[in-house]
Amino acid sequence: MTKAEIVENIFEKVGFMKKDVGEVVDLVFETIKDALASGEQVKLSGFGTFTVKQKRPRRGRNPQTGGDITITARKVLSFKSSHIMRDNMNRK
Amino acid sequence: MTKSELIEKVSEKVKNFATKDVEIIVNSVFDSMSEGLAKGERIEVRGFGSFKVKERGARKGRNPKTGEAIDVLAKKVPFFKVGKELKEMMNK
Repeated sequence: MTKAEIVENIFEKVGFMKKDVGEVVDLVFETIKDALASGEQVKLSGFGTFTVKQKRPRRGRNPQTGGDITITARKVLSFKSSHIMRDNMNRK
Repeated sequence: MTKSELIEKVSEKVKNFATKDVEIIVNSVFDSMSEGLAKGERIEVRGFGSFKVKERGARKGRNPKTGEAIDVLAKKVPFFKVGKELKEMMNK
């Protein structure tokens, strides 16, 4: 499923103009991205929670050459799915 | 940021929709994604990230309180991988 298909699904259900739905869907993801980029947590009830985690620098190894390298400090994104979503996925 | 705050922010940026309509669309976005995942579909939103379903096999577990052995059934879990653009935005 791509963003275009998400827009298509919504368009079929709600009957707004497809172009307008597309614009709102784009804004939804842009707004979430901006919040995460500023380090904010994003909680979408019924879906899941996105949390930005700070990683410290650590020593690593180049798996190809075996040489020591330092993995720089960085931010990573973790997603914890809502139990509602997990229950839906596992319903028989 | 919660879902209602997301709806507020998106509403401020669009002209053609009332907040109530943005709410319908935002809810539809995540419902549609949940439904796709429940069907085992992979979802890709360019610049944001992708979701896929991973299967976890059945395993023997233990009740951590009583130490009693229990059977953990096979289940499906959603998995999120952050997109390149968002990863870069977070680390700017």
